[in-house]
Amino acid sequence: MLIESGSPGADARIGITLTINGEKREIDVAPWTTLLDLLRENLDLTGTKKGCDHGQCGACTVLVNGTRINSCLALAVMKDGAEITTVEGLAGLAQSQGVNTLHPIQEAFVEHDAFQCGYCTPGQLCSSVGLMNEGHAKTREEIREAMSGNICRCGAYTNIVDAIEDVMQGAAR
Amino acid sequence: MATQISPASGRDTFVGRAMSRVDGPAKVTGLAKYAGEFAAPNLAHGYVVSSAITKGRITAIDAAAAEAVPGVFKVITHENRPSIAGEAEAYQDMVAPPGAPFRALYDETIAFSGQPVALVVAEDFDTARYAASLVRVSYEAETPHTDLEAQAGSSYDPPEKRDGIKPPPEPWGDAGSAFDGAAIKVSQQYRIAHEHHNPMEPHASTVVVEDDGTYTVYDKIQGVANSQLYLTNAFGLKPEQVRCLSPYMGGGFGCGLRPQYQLFLAMLAAQDLNRSVRVVLTRDQMWSFTYRPGAVQTVSLGADTSGNLQAIRHDALHGTSQYEDYQENIVNWSGILYGCDNVELTYRLAKLDTATPGDMRAPGAVTGVFALETAMDELAYATRIDPIQLRIANYTDTDPVEEKPFGSKALKACFRQGAERFGWSKRNPEPRSMRDGKELVGWGMACGIWEALMMESSAKVTLTADGRLEVGNSTGDIGTGTYTILTQIAADALGLPMEHVTTKLGDTDLAKAPVAGGSWTAASSGTAVMKACRDVAEQAFKLARGLEGSPLANVDFERVVFSKGRIEVAGDPAKSVVLTDVMRQTGTETLEATGSASPDKDFAKQYEAYTHSAVFAEVKIDEELGIVRVTRVVSAIAAGKILNTKTARSQILGAVVMGIGSALHEESMLDHRLGRFMNRNLGEYHVPANADIHDIDVIFVDEEDKANPLGVKGVGEIGIVGTAAAISNAVFHATGKRIRDLPITVDKILAA
Repeated sequence: MLIESGSPGADARIGITLTINGEKREIDVAPWTTLLDLLRENLDLTGTKKGCDHGQCGACTVLVNGTRINSCLALAVMKDGAEITTVEGLAGLAQSQGVNTLHPIQEAFVEHDAFQCGYCTPGQLCSSVGLMNEGHAKTREEIREAMSGNICRCGAYTNIVDAIEDVMQGAAR
Repeated sequence: MATQISPASGRDTFVGRAMSRVDGPAKVTGLAKYAGEFAAPNLAHGYVVSSAITKGRITAIDAAAAEAVPGVFKVITHENRPSIAGEAEAYQDMVAPPGAPFRALYDETIAFSGQPVALVVAEDFDTARYAASLVRVSYEAETPHTDLEAQAGSSYDPPEKRDGIKPPPEPWGDAGSAFDGAAIKVSQQYRIAHEHHNPMEPHASTVVVEDDGTYTVYDKIQGVANSQLYLTNAFGLKPEQVRCLSPYMGGGFGCGLRPQYQLFLAMLAAQDLNRSVRVVLTRDQMWSFTYRPGAVQTVSLGADTSGNLQAIRHDALHGTSQYEDYQENIVNWSGILYGCDNVELTYRLAKLDTATPGDMRAPGAVTGVFALETAMDELAYATRIDPIQLRIANYTDTDPVEEKPFGSKALKACFRQGAERFGWSKRNPEPRSMRDGKELVGWGMACGIWEALMMESSAKVTLTADGRLEVGNSTGDIGTGTYTILTQIAADALGLPMEHVTTKLGDTDLAKAPVAGGSWTAASSGTAVMKACRDVAEQAFKLARGLEGSPLANVDFERVVFSKGRIEVAGDPAKSVVLTDVMRQTGTETLEATGSASPDKDFAKQYEAYTHSAVFAEVKIDEELGIVRVTRVVSAIAAGKILNTKTARSQILGAVVMGIGSALHEESMLDHRLGRFMNRNLGEYHVPANADIHDIDVIFVDEEDKANPLGVKGVGEIGIVGTAAAISNAVFHATGKRIRDLPITVDKILAA
């Protein structure tokens, strides 16, 4: 099927403002460019991964105003004015909250070996932070369910749940 | 025979412990770059146009509208492509099966659905993708044949055997008569669906044209040496013109063993346009090349009333493409896992109009052991013998095919420890006898087996005056933990902290090593690194001994240990020198050595080397809904020395998860009228999600092996083998329904 949207060109670009990992940026972007492609292709923020481009795998998960979304399903122009946090900004996010190294979830992922190839990891991390922001998941069962939008083909699921539980318990202490 | 040399020359500081991945920080911060993420000036983007038919020929390609889009450089097709190598042999990579490899954009022939028919190259990704939608391709289609069972009549014994894959052994005894005369008989057909690897990272290649005309290629590959060989042969280049890198790979599982067509297309476009090009496949296109081919198998077991096997027959029908004879070892396991005097194993191929299948995690064993180990469970019920006892009754410490003892086989320890951890003794063998509320509960078990392989491999290490060590070879870390274990081995060998060791992998400029596959990397690269480190250690020792008033004077190399940055006399740590002092005082900038490892021929003359496992699974089934949940798995593994209990455990966890996928979820469905996989996305091809996975317990039993100096056997694959059988056996125990057709989906539970 064709998307007769016309050919891309500079004149079709729209100016938007995004705060990405704490840095305010004025960006001209084509109306059909996804937030994911903007990050990866135009801004060289390749930490955010493309696994399916269909909202089925979660590798592209980022935080938009603290809420986790699939950045492949969001057009960049729809997020004008938003605050975006990608995996590259998680440590900075933690620093803004007084933690001096990596974000605790990053540390916990390393400690619990919550990844192997690492390709789904940025999405898992952002999704974990989003999950904790939501505050709904309390039990392992609930964490599993709420993390099921992020596929890990290496099968690190039990370690991912361990890592999240660890951070949640640390936060509760 | 390899003597057991501890890498620490007596002190395992890091080896054998649970160490976090050294590449962890790069992976959790987004700094780890994958093949499709490397930047280059004026990088062009290629987007693949895929064939809309499965079989036939292209009659015309109209690329005018696509090429008219501003920003499009070229639409490359078989009609206008640059000249490339003509003979098919030039496209044979290191692990190619017999046959004539697929050549993208070679001519008008279409051999499988989704075959690339054009590459649209544009200044950015959006433009290339949009223009690709405007390419009009006309075809003359023929009727495809993709139904394995329908092709059974034209199946054949592959005339040329695939390198490294043992064909079925000659039969021994008389399996036919022994089966006929057996008191207890089990004979059934078993099926496994086509599966696609679906690593999270889609296949990608970035070809960078350097100022001097050479190419730097970032490829999604499990061993860059293979990409380099392929490119030099196909494009008539010299190795020094093509440097291939793959520092990180977003999952392989076998689909990155062979260079795939995006690499070829990226290089083709880079040469054609003389500019750097990146080609990334879509998720949909991940169904347009290698896959684990489905199989139809018959297993017949004859036994006496005590469960002693009297006959084993195992026949497999397997699919391959029209152009290559891909082969797996599916049936041989049935001749190796148990002792039996009458065994007959056969393996036949049938041609299908698909891309050539390929190795997917424990290829052959996943398929064959599922059938064998389900049949063994059926035999356990037929003889009313406990499944573990049945396996012990038929236990063999000798490989019946090669008639050589196993170098080590701690499978009985796996049974014992696995059963205890799982609580097997509390199992009531009666089907449908266990419940948890509304759900039926089933407990099943199975064995796993995989080869403990070693490949010729080299590694280079360099010690610098500041006491830092660099270690490297060209194999890939595909998420397996190779960076980490090599760092551990090297740090121990020279008594350095792990932070002072940097391991580099996935670069053809590094020492030559094979592709990462077959679970052979730990043994092969690990041994090479250890040997190189021992060489450097000896060099350093000699320098130290020669120092004026050296406390090591008159001491042999064998009597010193390297520990905490010092070289010290074993048992007399007061007599020691600091490694960096040795370097400084002797004015040595660097010490380097290349170590090489190859399979131990003396060992191989006397022994066979395999890893083994005992897998225990608990399922809970809501019979009204037909939903199966795998609530517990205990996987007890005998795989020699475990170098890193944290990353090795993760290998088993991940393999168990993929085994659960194989058992319950994964199925690439072909529409045989179109010859096309229908569910080409992660919504309809279900791989296990987090909610599908519950408790997985991994046990590594003690096992000493002498096949290599490290005593390692490899853990990348053994964890998946037998997992699906353990689950299907648990499903039978829960429901009394024997489902011999993977995956065990809702419809099969409800219909059975």
